[in-house]
Amino acid sequence: MLANNRQQTSQPLLEVNDLQTHLVLGRGTLKAVDGVSFSLNRGQTLGIVGESGSGKTLTSMSIIRLLPKPSGRIVGGSIKFDGIDIVSLPEKEIAKNWRGNRISMVLQDPLTSLNPVYSIADQLGQPFRYHYKDMSRREIRDASIEMLRKVRIPAPEKRLASYPHQFSGGMRQRAVIAMAIAAKPELLIADEPTSALDVTIQIQIMDLFRKLQEETGVSIIMITHDMGVAAQLCDRVAVMYAGRIVEIGDARDIFKRPAHPYTQGLLQSIPKIGQRQKRLYAIPGQPPSLFNPPKGCRFADRCPHRMPKCDVYPPTVELESGHSAACWLLESKA
Amino acid sequence: MWTYILKRLLHGLFSIIGASLLIFVITRLTGDPVAMLLPPEATEEMVRQMRATLGLDRPIWEQYLIFASHALQGDLGMSYRWEMPALTLLLDRLPATIQLASAGLLFSISVAVPLGVLSAVYRGSWIDRVGKTLAMAGQAMPNFWVGLILILVFSVSLGWLPAYGSGSFRHLILPAIALGSYPVAAQTRIVRSSMLDVLDSDYIKMGRILGASESVLVWKYAFRNAAVPLITVLGVYFAAMLGGTFVVEVIFAWPGVGRTVVEAVFARDFPVVQAGVLFTSVVFVTVNLLVDLSYGVIDPRARVNV
Repeated sequence: MLANNRQQTSQPLLEVNDLQTHLVLGRGTLKAVDGVSFSLNRGQTLGIVGESGSGKTLTSMSIIRLLPKPSGRIVGGSIKFDGIDIVSLPEKEIAKNWRGNRISMVLQDPLTSLNPVYSIADQLGQPFRYHYKDMSRREIRDASIEMLRKVRIPAPEKRLASYPHQFSGGMRQRAVIAMAIAAKPELLIADEPTSALDVTIQIQIMDLFRKLQEETGVSIIMITHDMGVAAQLCDRVAVMYAGRIVEIGDARDIFKRPAHPYTQGLLQSIPKIGQRQKRLYAIPGQPPSLFNPPKGCRFADRCPHRMPKCDVYPPTVELESGHSAACWLLESKA
Repeated sequence: MWTYILKRLLHGLFSIIGASLLIFVITRLTGDPVAMLLPPEATEEMVRQMRATLGLDRPIWEQYLIFASHALQGDLGMSYRWEMPALTLLLDRLPATIQLASAGLLFSISVAVPLGVLSAVYRGSWIDRVGKTLAMAGQAMPNFWVGLILILVFSVSLGWLPAYGSGSFRHLILPAIALGSYPVAAQTRIVRSSMLDVLDSDYIKMGRILGASESVLVWKYAFRNAAVPLITVLGVYFAAMLGGTFVVEVIFAWPGVGRTVVEAVFARDFPVVQAGVLFTSVVFVTVNLLVDLSYGVIDPRARVNV
């Protein structure tokens, strides 16, 4: 009831600029997110793709301000949401007026995202109780049933009294999604929302995200390590490697004309139907340690095109409108 | 469900038989009760006659079988000293012990729960350290010593509370604290560690994502999960207190089961000692069973297939 009335401008919903997030650990400071910039328009889906440890989860946790305590902190950059820099907002303000309400999130594992000792009705009622304080119990119940219907859970009136252990994995993730969007957030972050589910269920859940976006106009950040998921669902894709975005662009451009050798490697490692390969392609080597990241290109050690120049960090080159990558190979195209 | 309960009851029966056998043998190793029942100048003949009346002249296994077969009919023998059935004697004293054990448990929970929860929420802060110290102190001090100190401070020096006896709420306070201070440490540790686990879980993170306040998360969504392991130890401690109030009851002259059994031990009043131990083991078995059955009330996952 709120989101659609907000001013529709050409200004992006979310603008992340040079975000730096560190984890201060006993053995040193992990520069997990090291200068990440991107923007996201209303009603669009941005995919953040990368392997584990690339900083994609911590980027999203920085946006919703749920970094691990006490180690995680945002040390630089800005996150502008609807023009407001939310990095400087106090924790209380974020908790009260932003989380659930404007920015929400679906976690990876639906089995652990629901509280085992409270009914679905109680848990699904949370966003209403927290953000619409004047709703009566009756209204919350009706709204909860409506949410379950929205995420295509059959017989929602009967399901409301169930406990999480009585739901299948797919149903639980649907219930979690219902909770996440109940208070009509403008931005929904989904952190590998299907990687704990069966393949057939994965497709259904992806489909659900698409439909919900059509119905509500919510912007989505889809974090995934699966290029297939990104291709299916995202308008734009950012490829992260070792704490930085190495390539970003419209999904079509990224998949048709991947510019960065890392993106090319990722796309090569997807098995293709009809081509029987002896072995699946895997990029050799390991990403560098982020306690003390190299000065130059972070992918250089694993890159088939390594040059002496790679010891200096490459500039970001815009290849076509909205499609850019950071690699010395592209220098001539600038 | 019913087969489960039946199985548990059977297990319990074995425990009770074991305990009764053990105490039967041990009491008879401590000496001859007849020596305490008769005046020093009693003749050999009088002693022999007394033994025969009490059945103590038979072989020990025969004595046990007689005891067991009577026990099954609810007859635990006559007290040598009080000349009334041992069971009646204990049942008369039971309400006082239940009252004391409940009060002790209530005291320990009301300290341990807030202390454990706050220690987990503010892990590593001063409140965590204070909690740890307090809990350790409680566990390190034997309850007879706590009892004596409490009497010295609150009865003798300050004169606020009565030093012994029973009958009013004021009489209950000091013995309840003396009894309840020991389990505080273990209960605090359990609450703290299970709260730490739960606070780290995805569903609490999900609550934060939805905009929950920290107090709702801690006291509503986290605490109920963390309460499950607590309930287990509460049951065990309640059982231990019911059967283990001996020292505290003696110090505060509390007219309960514990003091009666202790007096019976000194008087070699075998039937009462045996009845006391039997009573304690029955309490343990019952409470443990009730605890297991109570999980279902808190945790819906435990409701269906036990």
